[in-house]
Amino acid sequence: MKALMNIKWKHYINYVVVGAFTIYLAYMAFAGDMPRSQTTLYTDIGVTIILAVSLSMVVGFLGELSLGHAGFMCVGAYVGGKLAATFTEMFTDLNEYIIFVIALTVGGLAAMLCGFIIGLPALRLRGDYLAIVTLAFGEIVRIIFLNSGGVFGDQSGMKTPRLDRQILPFISFILVLVTLFVTQNIIRSKHGRAITAIRDSEIAAKATGINVTKYKLMVFAIAALFAGIAGVLSSYTENKIQAATYDYNYSIEMLVIVVLGGMGSINGAIVASVLITYINNVLQTQLQGNMAVLKNLIYAIVLIVIVIYNNAPALKGFRETYNIKNLFSKIFAKKHDPSKVHDDEAKWDRVPTKIDIDEVLSVDIQTGSPYAPDKSEKEKN
Amino acid sequence: MEQIITTLINGLSAGGTYAMIALGYTMVYGIAKMLNFAHGDVIMVGAYTIFIFFTMLGNPLIGLLIAVVLCMLLGITIERLAYRPLRGASPLAVLITAIGVSYLLQALAQIVFGADIKRPVFFDFGKISVFGLSIAVSTLITLIASAIIMVVLSLFVKYTRTGRAMIAVSEDRGAAELMGISVNKIIVITFAIGSALAAVAGFFMIWKAPSVSPTLGALPGIKAFAAAVIGGIGSLPGAMLGGILMGIVGAFSNSFEFTAPYTDAIVFAVLILILLVRPSGLLGKKRREKV
Repeated sequence: MKALMNIKWKHYINYVVVGAFTIYLAYMAFAGDMPRSQTTLYTDIGVTIILAVSLSMVVGFLGELSLGHAGFMCVGAYVGGKLAATFTEMFTDLNEYIIFVIALTVGGLAAMLCGFIIGLPALRLRGDYLAIVTLAFGEIVRIIFLNSGGVFGDQSGMKTPRLDRQILPFISFILVLVTLFVTQNIIRSKHGRAITAIRDSEIAAKATGINVTKYKLMVFAIAALFAGIAGVLSSYTENKIQAATYDYNYSIEMLVIVVLGGMGSINGAIVASVLITYINNVLQTQLQGNMAVLKNLIYAIVLIVIVIYNNAPALKGFRETYNIKNLFSKIFAKKHDPSKVHDDEAKWDRVPTKIDIDEVLSVDIQTGSPYAPDKSEKEKN
Repeated sequence: MEQIITTLINGLSAGGTYAMIALGYTMVYGIAKMLNFAHGDVIMVGAYTIFIFFTMLGNPLIGLLIAVVLCMLLGITIERLAYRPLRGASPLAVLITAIGVSYLLQALAQIVFGADIKRPVFFDFGKISVFGLSIAVSTLITLIASAIIMVVLSLFVKYTRTGRAMIAVSEDRGAAELMGISVNKIIVITFAIGSALAAVAGFFMIWKAPSVSPTLGALPGIKAFAAAVIGGIGSLPGAMLGGILMGIVGAFSNSFEFTAPYTDAIVFAVLILILLVRPSGLLGKKRREKV
């Protein structure tokens, strides 16, 4: 019991929530009466979480802007899908789940290789330059698979095998758990601290002896691995994969999820994935026919408003006053007002001032004030 | 040989259009330090405006004038409503807002004009033969017009007060402000010029390939952005060079049967190769990182 109390539950809350949902999905799979709309929704949510969490490693923790995540997914989907299709044809007596695992591994590794390759320019390029290179990579991959001359299907797509719809959501969430396990353990290890150090200042990280090359390649490769796995998974949800699905708009959608969830927050990425996939799904089913275009309009307006509300410097005061976290801390904060301390409570053995010296010092020197010491290099540029 | 020169001229002409779009990206990047992802969709709005006035009046040139004015207003409005509140926020937040604006324009166009592709056919001058080469007149006009626009823009930036103020703001915003330059005004002017160029580029695009749809500007926008990066983002001559290079590579790739399906992939591969050799683009300034 004491051991249970000592566990930092805050660190494991996402495993508990996702795990509970996975068990629920397993139960539903055995009952076998999930409607099709639900199986699609849950599988999609799983795929999106895997993508968002892995992209969050690159964007949120390593601090590199990647606009080609769908490209890695495309590699995984096509390589894994092709392998699965050939194996199903060649070895008819092989269990379909074994084929699925093989496809998952090979598709993931193929994407990982691509991630490693795209990580190489990342060593030399920064910011927007890297963003356009990753975007270009995604488009190149997509165009090559689209015009593969029959090897990977034709313009209309490639046929792939499919698993039982009832079990797919369960598998998808098992993979979410695997993704969470790997990414969180990396982020919370010394490797993770090295990665965030590179994000905050590459030069300082180098100076402390962190192998920047190794960590950058590692993050890109691992993120690509999971994107590839998500790709294989998504290729199993339909009978057919189409290259058009994996264009740069899809990468951008993932980036939007990561940013909305909060940079450098895995739980945020999960929550944002669930919310956005769910909202997309609801809007898609509710707005039929002529109303379907409204979906994109609502999505765009919500996106702009949220980002401006969360980031506008002019709204900073407003955000801080009406922040849920701050409201809570205000209610539970211990009242400490030096001017209201009774004289006989004051400690007369100390310098007879009622204000701590630290508080005096902290008056002017806040970050962002003109009196603050030299601004960091980042802010200047 | 003739084939090569014809392809080269086609490439130059397409490159001129890319360069005009790339100039919009690079100017906004240099001065406002942001990626205007919605720039491609301003082209689309311009193209629709031209299309509407063309079907109403039968003359695309009046449409072009109105489109230029409208796109300028649109650019200013976008800057005022979506980007200015985020001045000083993290670059990623601004990028996401720009993406949001891009989605918004596409969705609005889809609601107003419908998703179907419109095919306006402007005046067709056919082909003429220059030095024994047969070249479409539209290609030649595009080439000449884009050259004139680029020269005028370069002169404007170099010799007028506003142009110099623009350079000053892109060099050092704080210092420019201290010198009495109104940074907000300069940013508004930049957006207006960039959007006007986008409208002109939109005109040439639909003249050459008559199809207007809500996603018209998306891919050309991305390619022009790549062109701006090839040339070194923030540099005006760089954007022109990058755009022309991209046009020529695309034209040559399109002229061979076995590379034609991969044209976009080849263009992007060229981008990656150039950036690997020169990480800040062909004419970009090298910035040394300091501690």
